[in-house]
Amino acid sequence: MNKIPSSQIHSTPSLIGRAGGESLYTILVFSENLAGILNQVTAVFTRRQINIESLNVCASSTPGVHKYTITCYCTEEMVKVLKAQIEKRIDVLQARFYTDDEIFLQETSLLKISTPAAMENPEVCRIVRHHGARIVEVNPTYMAVEKTGTTEDILSLFNALNSLDVVHQFARSGRICITRGTREELDEYLEEREREKEKTLPPPSL
Amino acid sequence: MEQKITGSEALMLALKGEGVKTIFGYPGGSIMPVYDALYDYTRGEKKAFDHILVRHEQGATHAAEGFARVSGEVGVAIVTSGPGATNTLTGVADAMIDSTPIVVIAGQVPITALGTDAFQEVDLVGVAQPISKWSYQIRHAEDIAWAVSRAFFIARSGRPGPVVLDFTKNAQTELVAFKAEKVDFVRSYVPYPKLKMNHVQEAADLINQAERPLALVGQGVELGNAQDELIAFLEKADIPAGRTMLGLCALPSDHPLNVGMLGMHGNYAVNLKEQECDVLIAIGMRFSDRVTGSLKTYAKQAKVIHLDIDKSEMNKNVKVTVPVVGDCKESLPALTALIHKADHSAWRASFKPLDEKERTRVIEPAIHPTEGPLLMGEVVNAVAEQTKGDAVLVTDVGQNQLFATRYFKYPKRRSLCTSGGLGTMGYGMPAAIGATFGAPGRTVCCFMGDGGFQMCIEELGTIMEQQAPVKMILMNNNYLGNVRQWQDMFWNRRKSFTRMMNPCYELIAKGYGIPYEAVTDRKDLAAAVAKMLATAGPYILECAIREDDDVLPMTPPGKSVEEMQLETLPPAPPYKGGE
Repeated sequence: MNKIPSSQIHSTPSLIGRAGGESLYTILVFSENLAGILNQVTAVFTRRQINIESLNVCASSTPGVHKYTITCYCTEEMVKVLKAQIEKRIDVLQARFYTDDEIFLQETSLLKISTPAAMENPEVCRIVRHHGARIVEVNPTYMAVEKTGTTEDILSLFNALNSLDVVHQFARSGRICITRGTREELDEYLEEREREKEKTLPPPSL
Repeated sequence: MEQKITGSEALMLALKGEGVKTIFGYPGGSIMPVYDALYDYTRGEKKAFDHILVRHEQGATHAAEGFARVSGEVGVAIVTSGPGATNTLTGVADAMIDSTPIVVIAGQVPITALGTDAFQEVDLVGVAQPISKWSYQIRHAEDIAWAVSRAFFIARSGRPGPVVLDFTKNAQTELVAFKAEKVDFVRSYVPYPKLKMNHVQEAADLINQAERPLALVGQGVELGNAQDELIAFLEKADIPAGRTMLGLCALPSDHPLNVGMLGMHGNYAVNLKEQECDVLIAIGMRFSDRVTGSLKTYAKQAKVIHLDIDKSEMNKNVKVTVPVVGDCKESLPALTALIHKADHSAWRASFKPLDEKERTRVIEPAIHPTEGPLLMGEVVNAVAEQTKGDAVLVTDVGQNQLFATRYFKYPKRRSLCTSGGLGTMGYGMPAAIGATFGAPGRTVCCFMGDGGFQMCIEELGTIMEQQAPVKMILMNNNYLGNVRQWQDMFWNRRKSFTRMMNPCYELIAKGYGIPYEAVTDRKDLAAAVAKMLATAGPYILECAIREDDDVLPMTPPGKSVEEMQLETLPPAPPYKGGE
């Protein structure tokens, strides 16, 4: 079996040093659940040719609200501009950006491993146990291994197994996170907007 | 039982409900049901609209923009799918960057045909999203009332902009029990952000300590109808104010605190003084690169106060000391209440020697030349003098625009249509058509070069059919003059494809039955302008302009504003691109 070239796997983002004051930011975006908003959000990055490192989109815990978790490298100045321009889109409710120390973050991954190779080499199962990964399915051809953790944890497991030439497939989810702060800013925003709706005043200039 | 109508008729009722009276448009396959309904709603007892048949969909959008700019209402364009829709994109992008409220309604294939590469199918919502304020596909007739009302609310509220409605053909023909809706709240959209009084106080403190304050006034003041509030603010603290190109009507030209136009070809003193002021107060403007020149050196000595309704403008280009986010109709009076009366006459007087320098070295030679071929400046000046500030100025893009905006006078509000941000050649003629419908009682003067005149020349057909009273001043120098000027100044005089062979415009005018006159001699200019203005209906006045007339002063691209030059220098080293 061919080893998956490590160069095809993006190295762990937070381990790469970047020049010019760039660092990794996680941007959380909440939007209405309408078609085409992902396009509008990613277009803000495309316009400046900023690479999105990872992107996760899912319904949020608030009914009718979608949540986007986006990571990218840029300067603090730039992430502020990106936040403002994302928020400017009509159907985006809120955008916020965070550094890694402001959030709890996790990523999940799945690895498809050759069962015969694992049977031959006891090191395979030792590595899986050592990394705290979970075997979720086994059959005579392959086993499916699941590992949740930081990007570094996941890549450490992958690199160890891949060096033994046993990995058929490898998939990563991209980052999801929750904030460490005590305020729930989206809820506050939605409540405030509800109050505004009740006393909808005519705009000052009309 | 409730009476049902077609989606197309529902659109008519929804547009009527939004107060629409004028529609610019062009029919086609996927919008035929709407045009069929329009037949009833443009005549007889149901008559609600005037429909202006343009000659190209781009023209419809620019006409809608011109209409919106002078009337303050939302401009409307209706087109078909596919090429009809893509032809509107330049106008949509133009309206986006210049904050002009328009609603474009385009036909679309039925939803069953979407994604099949059907005839004249294009993913309009997809392509319009990045260049519009909002774009939405109406998939069923029951969406119409909500979508149209939301479109107009978004287009006209907050910082205005273009909205695109992609109207599927099935939704046009489906039957619906129409019930009018009024959208005036979108929870994800805050058009009028709440003013933060602590920021207003901080801004007032800075202004009260300022010795050399300078205000930069943009179109936001006009869009917010805050001209009176602006004057009260400026007069109380005696603050000189420069205006951006789009903000020229936000403060009357003859106001004593007006110190001219900002930007690359603006006035000399105000450009230099941006580098001397201690507090810069930007009001409803967005620090375009055409205003700031090199950002690395721009107004670094100054504390910057930025008043804007769009919070994403804060710190976008220029680092702001105090952001004041809100409607200037509200923020300006709040600020005026907190600032002290002041006298900055010494600071204002320091503009005068620079103004004088510009007057003698640039303005006088441009507007009162005594020899050689006609110059654009003197043509603009002749029209400005004879219209006495009553006319609406429409420009195309290029030298004609820079000369026209420099030398026209703006005593009245909503008197300027120009493509500032996108710089769309071909904008002038259709925008002028729109302006004649948006401001029916006013003279509309449209300055164009020979390049831009030909870029939407087909709209002469619209002018002919409508007898739209556009006074077209064609300033013909046989060149794409602005590019030619850059080639001369920064590209070693290599005039790469800027010289242009022109048709006989007299024959073209004749073909469209539009009165025409040519001026080649300075002594005939005033009489020719008078005759144009005295003639009812459309008119083309072609002026033979000196081929190598340069717009001055000029801040070379990528340079600091204080490097603005009053004369054309010998060829500079080749410009390496960049800004």
